[in-house]
Amino acid sequence: MDRRNIEESSKLERVLREGHFAFTAELGPPRGANVEKVKKKISYLKGYVDAVNITDNQTAIVRMSSLVTSLLCIEEGLEPVYQMVCRDRNRLAMQSDILGGYAMGIRTILCLSGDHQKFGDHPQAKGVYDLDSMQLAAMVKKMRDEGKFQGGDDIDVPPKKIFIGAAANPFAEPYNWRVYRLAKKVKAGVDFIQTQCIYNMERFREWLKRANDMGLTEKVFILAGITPLKSVGMARYMQNKVPGMDVPEDLIKRLKAAGKEKAAEEGIKIACEQIEEMKELKGVAGVHLMAIEWEHRVPELAERAGLLPRPEV
Amino acid sequence: MIVGTRKPLEEIKAMISPYKKVLIVGCGTCVAVCLAGGEKEVEVLKNELSLAMGDKVSFDGVTLERQCDKEFLEQLSDVVDQYDAFLSMACGAGVQFLSEVYPEKPVFPAVNTTFMGINRAVGWYEERCRGCGNCVLGITGGICPVTMCAKSLFNGPCGGTNKGKCEIDEEQPCAWYMIYERLEKQGRLDQIMDVIPANNWENQRPRTVIQPGYENLYNTSSK
Repeated sequence: MDRRNIEESSKLERVLREGHFAFTAELGPPRGANVEKVKKKISYLKGYVDAVNITDNQTAIVRMSSLVTSLLCIEEGLEPVYQMVCRDRNRLAMQSDILGGYAMGIRTILCLSGDHQKFGDHPQAKGVYDLDSMQLAAMVKKMRDEGKFQGGDDIDVPPKKIFIGAAANPFAEPYNWRVYRLAKKVKAGVDFIQTQCIYNMERFREWLKRANDMGLTEKVFILAGITPLKSVGMARYMQNKVPGMDVPEDLIKRLKAAGKEKAAEEGIKIACEQIEEMKELKGVAGVHLMAIEWEHRVPELAERAGLLPRPEV
Repeated sequence: MIVGTRKPLEEIKAMISPYKKVLIVGCGTCVAVCLAGGEKEVEVLKNELSLAMGDKVSFDGVTLERQCDKEFLEQLSDVVDQYDAFLSMACGAGVQFLSEVYPEKPVFPAVNTTFMGINRAVGWYEERCRGCGNCVLGITGGICPVTMCAKSLFNGPCGGTNKGKCEIDEEQPCAWYMIYERLEKQGRLDQIMDVIPANNWENQRPRTVIQPGYENLYNTSSK
């Protein structure tokens, strides 16, 4: 494995800083040491996205580690966005994994709180939550900018080029607070934001306008989260069962009108329309496509949304 | 107060089955108030056990003012030799202190210590404090994020707020939603505009408190 130069920057950061409309996707690690499955998913995405998010035991279900899956991506020539959640690690484990990942070429990290363990396959587990996502972002910034551990000691070769991301959800209550929470993440040191899946465009535009008015979008790159709806059932599930998700009724009407056979196609059409609109919105720097277990459809979607070819940076 | 719940009878029976004469020791403070281990509960447990275990084990009951105070534990010194084991209905602190004061005597817990909480109504208690050691209630509107947020977030709410409820339980209000609402009403949202830094977790080792002014008495420094 070719380890990259310690001074080389994050590819996602270069894409964004050069003013390209960024395009990232998501890759969920397998529930086992199934390297071939990871490689297959990588093969669908390589060349079609700027970087891919490697989820960290998403929905609190044990999977191959996001660190090692990220390294497999690097080996295959796909830039990873290494997700790290606060549920499973204390500050010692977090920092050592960050240094280890950086040593092997990881340059982009996404700092998340994580889904509560109650939802997963080990609901009896002790959740760690030593830090929250903002404190994690602040810790990574301190490691990068000051070359210091959270505890204050000097780092021997700090992760100087790491690009720090976090999530934002414009659709969860209290709505008024959400833009201030974004501001707090910016204060903590976040460079880019991935939003929760956007379906309610009106509410998203309101949130974005406030972020623009507060000058936040000049300080942080916003990647708009897009998840194509595959069926009416999925849309209803997202609407009723996924906390903090806002799926307007008119989208469900569109899927219904398309008929059962064509609902997935209609979902892709809606996603492409959203992406087209995102390109025009002030303050949106790119899209993050969360096509859950639909990695193989990403190239087609990228093509139809006019996101290809991806820039060489 | 400290809130507890009585252990299932089967579990208690299994612990004390090797003994012939057992003293059930109630505690007259927190666990009495929360109806888990006071005088009345000692009597109930004594009757249940006597009925369940017949002649094999005989039980007496006594309730001390507090089991977390040596002065009260020493009231048992005259009777300790009459029993093979103690069954304590105090919280974990009381059980441990009883064991410490009578180290030769097996002591078993009849109560699961559950949390530090409040009395919502008769028989209804809710957790409010985890004893983390660095209280932030002054900036969070009197609502504890460590205890009341399922993820103990210091800079919430997370993206899982569900119509003002926590994502893990539709009955449980989102702590940070409540914090926001309260601070907004009080005009104090500026309190949470800055990132609350990483917590100094004090509750990761056994702690001792010696209040100022008492250091000389114990020939030590306050921690």
